[in-house]
Amino acid sequence: MSETPLLDQIPDGPWPSFVKEIKKTAELQDKAVAEGKDIKMPGSARALLKQIEISYKDKKTHWKHGGIVSVVGYGGGVIGRYSDLEDIVPEVHHFHTIRVNMPSGWFYSTKALRQLMDVWEKWGSGITNFHGSTGDIILLGTKSEYLQPCFEDMMKLDPPFDIGGSGSDLRTPSACMGPALCEFACYDTLQICHDITMEFQNELHRPMWPYKFKFKFSGCPNDCVAAKARADCAVIGTWKGEIQIDQDAVKEYAEWMDIEEEVVKLCPTGAISYDAEKKEIKIDNSNCVRCMHCINKMPKALKPGKERGATVLIGAKAPFVEGAIIGWVAVPFIPADELFDTLCEIAEKIWEWWDDIGKFRERVGELIWRRGIGEFLNVIGQEADVRMIKHPRTNPFMFFKEEELVESEVVKKLKERGMKWRSFEYEGEEI
Amino acid sequence: MQQQEKPPWWKTDFGPPYFKDLMHPVLKKNYGKWAYHEVIRPGVIKRVAESGDVVYVVRFGTPRLISIYTIRELCDIADKYCDGYLRWTSRHNVEFILTDESKIDDLIKEVEEKVGFPCGGTWDTPKGKYGLTNIIHTQGWIHCHTPAIDASGIVKAIMDELYEYFVDMKLPGLCRISLACCANMCGAVHASDISIVGIHRTPPLVDDDAVRRMCELPSTAAACPTAAIKVKAKEKTLEVDGEKCMYCGNCYTMCPGMPLFDPENDGAAILCAGKVSDARHPPELSKVVVPWVPNEPPRWPTLVEKIKQIFMAWANNAKKHERMVEFIERIGWERFFELAGLEFSWHLIDDFRIPPFMYASYRVGTQFRW
Repeated sequence: MSETPLLDQIPDGPWPSFVKEIKKTAELQDKAVAEGKDIKMPGSARALLKQIEISYKDKKTHWKHGGIVSVVGYGGGVIGRYSDLEDIVPEVHHFHTIRVNMPSGWFYSTKALRQLMDVWEKWGSGITNFHGSTGDIILLGTKSEYLQPCFEDMMKLDPPFDIGGSGSDLRTPSACMGPALCEFACYDTLQICHDITMEFQNELHRPMWPYKFKFKFSGCPNDCVAAKARADCAVIGTWKGEIQIDQDAVKEYAEWMDIEEEVVKLCPTGAISYDAEKKEIKIDNSNCVRCMHCINKMPKALKPGKERGATVLIGAKAPFVEGAIIGWVAVPFIPADELFDTLCEIAEKIWEWWDDIGKFRERVGELIWRRGIGEFLNVIGQEADVRMIKHPRTNPFMFFKEEELVESEVVKKLKERGMKWRSFEYEGEEI
Repeated sequence: MQQQEKPPWWKTDFGPPYFKDLMHPVLKKNYGKWAYHEVIRPGVIKRVAESGDVVYVVRFGTPRLISIYTIRELCDIADKYCDGYLRWTSRHNVEFILTDESKIDDLIKEVEEKVGFPCGGTWDTPKGKYGLTNIIHTQGWIHCHTPAIDASGIVKAIMDELYEYFVDMKLPGLCRISLACCANMCGAVHASDISIVGIHRTPPLVDDDAVRRMCELPSTAAACPTAAIKVKAKEKTLEVDGEKCMYCGNCYTMCPGMPLFDPENDGAAILCAGKVSDARHPPELSKVVVPWVPNEPPRWPTLVEKIKQIFMAWANNAKKHERMVEFIERIGWERFFELAGLEFSWHLIDDFRIPPFMYASYRVGTQFRW
């Protein structure tokens, strides 16, 4: 009888099966060992299968909290993981994950990939994730003592592969395919992602903050990397000025597309009109909110305007702990050519503030919520803009700065009588 | 570790490979100069550059967990058809970039037969025909220490059920499905058309001995969002007010002495009607529509059935281009629960403190007038 009766039911159905992938790894790993290849984790894929079968029977995980494991000179990038079934599956008792920083946009040459796979065949389980949720290549499972030699082999490759982020550090930045393949890209997502990753290598590799911080780069408001929902700093391509229209291409679409029904009526602000006789469209750009619907519908006929740049949304995060946040508008528009410098400047100001007053495991979005966006705008040196809000506040409980007030005789006299906000001093404080 | 003389090849902080060095020459040549695209059949996107160059991007779904031996097979195919280049998408799909249209059929046949990955996962917005793309998901029982559910097994069961929508383009709009195996949400699934989140339902049981050995008491207590954990300083341990606990597991993340696994009561909540794109409707968080379904490995029949009900309620009734949130806002929640055959219960009425997203009048998304 099979050792894995429950997992054997998984390959049923047409969708590719992870169990098949693990079994394949186990078989080919055994074969490689038999051929005399230098394999450091023999039997690990088979043992993983065995452990997952037990999880399927018990309906619970059998992985324990990881300890601190890493490679020389780094603090993050390796996730420690231990099995609580070490007697049954000693091959995966230590089963640490290495996060490998992927190239921007997940573009690979087969040469680079094959080399990395060779390293992982030797030093690890032979199992990977392409890719982890944040975007890294995940090398799934090796022992503590193999982490360092595995990384050393990675640094000797051509091109070498470096380690990504984990813990309370800058997580590996990720970007959509941008200008490499897409006509919607309003800035060079791939280059900025690479440049930001290179600029902040220390922040990426050495956890030192209250919690994690993520950058994600999407070339247009379609947001193919879901930056708005999960990046502390989401950079979303957009434009000012007029949508570029090619009326000849509009006529081509008009041959088979119901432009009135599917473009005009679905524009959220009613900014488009269509002349069915001339087969031409007109856009009231002052009323366009750059949502992308019409451009998605007619990519051949419509292009984002020529004045391009990005919006920065800050604070997105999953529900842990205060509740989920979709990124808030922090800078409505940064011209594309100023993007890198501005992002570096904003990021460093945020990190300093957050490092100073953030609580342990408090994301930037939660800190903004706790302290208010007014303070946050001061921190990043950004003027208030009506585009930062859905609507103005509904309560009159505002803070005013001293310089906004004028001195009145009444208050002056009260102060002269010795009245003040409080009659005691805090230690070291000037009143 | 002892400081030793480093060998000449030693380096740190050298960063990822430069993407342009790993990019097909035709993409480098036309970088930033793409004119338009068309989806010529499910899984195949034709991209035309201003220079007149044309590439065919052929997309395949993967199980995310991939063997190095499978990667080598994908490399063999990329060497044969695509001059040695390939890429992955942000949703675990692998893409081959062809310059020769006549090779599309052979490429698809070879990937499907040799590797077993299906071609699809695309949508044709101009024509209003949408395919389902891959499910973003987390590690689950394969590698996570806090999950309430498995990840890969559930994804497999759901995608088997919805397979026909991946390989074809017969949906009214985009539908993003995501799964996170606990509320920590490594997958950040909280803004998806349909999301599945592993939840625990019993408060952590304090293992005094483990707490004393491994945990910092004040920071563990402070990690509780509902102040359900108190420090018992004299006894050097913690106590949990079970009435206040909503089983988020944040304390267990902080402290291994607070396990909250309960195989018969752990399970999944199902959320829907979130999105991140600004197209038409601004970004939106997903909402819980099914409070709990049990863990039923290896095929999770109840969970799959509920997902199918939600999915089909939308697929059969949405107007062209309408995503889940737009659809539900049009028909109303009461009609949605009716159409999807879901029961509305008290669990679905929010009684957590007001979360930041709801509290703030801060704008989300990028819909601006200039």
